[in-house]
Amino acid sequence: MSRPVKKSNTTALEKTPTGINGFDEITNGGLPAGRPTLVCGEAGAGKTLFSIEFVVRGALQFKEPGIIMVFEEKAEDLEMNVASLGFNLKKLQKDGLLWIDHVHVNRSEIEETGMYDLDGLFIRLAHAIDSINAKRVMLDTIENLFGSFENEGILRSELRRLFSWLKDRGVTAIITAEKGVGMLTRHGLEEYVSDCVVQLEHRVENQISTRLLRVVKYRGSLHGTNEYPFLIDEDGISVLPVTSLQLEREVSSQRISCGIESLDTMLGGKGFFRGSSILISGTPGTGKTSIAAYFADASCRRKERCLYYAFEESPPQIIRNMQSINVDLKKHIESGMLQLISTRPTLYGLESHLVAIHKKVKQFKPRTVILDPITNLVSVASASEVKSMLMRLLDFLQAEGITVLFTALVFDKENALQADEGISSLVDAWIQVRDIEANGERNRGIYIMKSRGMNHSKQVREFVITSKGLELVDVYLGPDGILIGSARVAQELQEYTGKELRSYAASRKDQAIQRKKLVLEAKIASLKEEFESVQEELNKTFIEEQLKKEIIEKNRQELTKNRNSRISENGKNSKK
Amino acid sequence: MAKTVKNKTTKELKSVIRPNKPKNDKWQLRLYIAGNTAKSITALTNLKKYCEQHLSNRYEIEVIDLLVNPQLAAGDQILAIPTLVRKVPVPVRKIIGDLSNEEKVLVGLDLRPIKK
Repeated sequence: MSRPVKKSNTTALEKTPTGINGFDEITNGGLPAGRPTLVCGEAGAGKTLFSIEFVVRGALQFKEPGIIMVFEEKAEDLEMNVASLGFNLKKLQKDGLLWIDHVHVNRSEIEETGMYDLDGLFIRLAHAIDSINAKRVMLDTIENLFGSFENEGILRSELRRLFSWLKDRGVTAIITAEKGVGMLTRHGLEEYVSDCVVQLEHRVENQISTRLLRVVKYRGSLHGTNEYPFLIDEDGISVLPVTSLQLEREVSSQRISCGIESLDTMLGGKGFFRGSSILISGTPGTGKTSIAAYFADASCRRKERCLYYAFEESPPQIIRNMQSINVDLKKHIESGMLQLISTRPTLYGLESHLVAIHKKVKQFKPRTVILDPITNLVSVASASEVKSMLMRLLDFLQAEGITVLFTALVFDKENALQADEGISSLVDAWIQVRDIEANGERNRGIYIMKSRGMNHSKQVREFVITSKGLELVDVYLGPDGILIGSARVAQELQEYTGKELRSYAASRKDQAIQRKKLVLEAKIASLKEEFESVQEELNKTFIEEQLKKEIIEKNRQELTKNRNSRISENGKNSKK
Repeated sequence: MAKTVKNKTTKELKSVIRPNKPKNDKWQLRLYIAGNTAKSITALTNLKKYCEQHLSNRYEIEVIDLLVNPQLAAGDQILAIPTLVRKVPVPVRKIIGDLSNEEKVLVGLDLRPIKK
């Protein structure tokens, strides 16, 4: 009957924003404006809170006065209950933004005779609406009336009239109702409220509860049909708009250091891409948390906020442990760059974790998020659920341009390649740290399984954790495969010895040559001496010869002279 | 048979209640209506009839039209229209509907026929 009218309205269906975190995103704007919405769920599912938030946030954020009409809780109780959320109902009432009416029907003091209608309720509501010019109305839980009146026929027809009357008044109303068996509501109210139905659920699996919200029906509008987890905390309800995998996000080609220089070198020399997702997997005790801490440290040094979720250790424990490898996380926490959040995975359901992280990220606005380790989440839900949760988390974080680092524990060495929680295909970079057992000792080997969009090293490095920090050492590649740990050190020593020996040998040869040289030089010197003495000898004889010759000459000349004088003075000679 | 039983019970009750309930105590009745609807008028005429019969001159009827004074509805927790509220004597009793069933009204108001 009224369908054609509604259909023509679909294109311009007005919506009233609820102000509830995330809900308006799911519904593309909020609840249908001017129409009643049914919120159903079990006891304790959060129906009352949902509707109160709708009214109070409407008053606070959108300046739309609202009416809270409760059929079970007393007005004072209600005020107290929501005071913990920071809602001051008294003040709102004083400001004329809120009207609280407590409808109380005591069955025992009521007798029914003959025909009646619920005009009293209408009048009260109309009076309230007129008094503060209300735009929003909540009726919590109107089903209680079914216990108050004998004549269900009258009640049903009156409720039907009430909902259409609310529509005529143009107020956006929320009607809450208890979940029934096989029906959305115990008394079939969904028959009357047909524009929008929201279901809240409180599911307990493995003793861990998860709150879920689902828009069952939203006439005339597109809406997310999934079950969305939500959280109730000091800020009220937060629904996580789990967007479908939209692979349209902008990517950054900026590179960020992972804090370990040698690992950066392996990653094409520059580190990871900003906004990428990194998985570090490894067997127990391989230093995953240390890598994560380095990453956090590097992020804080760049003056980028970092959110560190630790699912295994408490913040003081992490700080202490990381100090032993020369990473001071405390100063980053004090400067507000780092937030360490420790929660046990079993604290709440998987989806609630997601919502909590989501909320924290929105609040803290980090550039880096670390989850250490994701493996523990499996204790809360099955692996496939963890995968879907992580996928959505990745989507969200990457849409925000946040670099995320997961660590994952792998137990089975044989299965180490098996995707950790199946997310290895989702992440951009996957670094594996594994212990390599040989020669009676365990050493860590690190290698990059994949790193999208960069030319990364394909080599196995040895990963050394010392009190100075983390370091990657080139492993020794020998004829027997790679050598690591003490074997590598031994090999290195051996090489060193060889070198020493060689250089020693060389120096000895040098010395021998030197000596030979000296010997030869000495020989040369003695020969020279000999030569000189021979020469001198020769010189001596030569001079003697000369002298002799001179003397002989002299003598001959004397003789000649003498003879000549003898010839002249013959007698003289005989005298001599 | 039923009558005798009823008489017996009323006698017993009378003896119990009488000391607390002086005869000159006036009954205060309030009838909430919303405009002059058929149901309201029926209720009012019915009420007047019963009161005349059983409480002659010992009653006061206050008719409250919620269309005129809507703020009064919350005070007595009025939802259904018409509603008859017995303010005095206490405890407060409420009867909803057009009061067409005399038996139920009398039981509801805890009103015994005095002329019988």
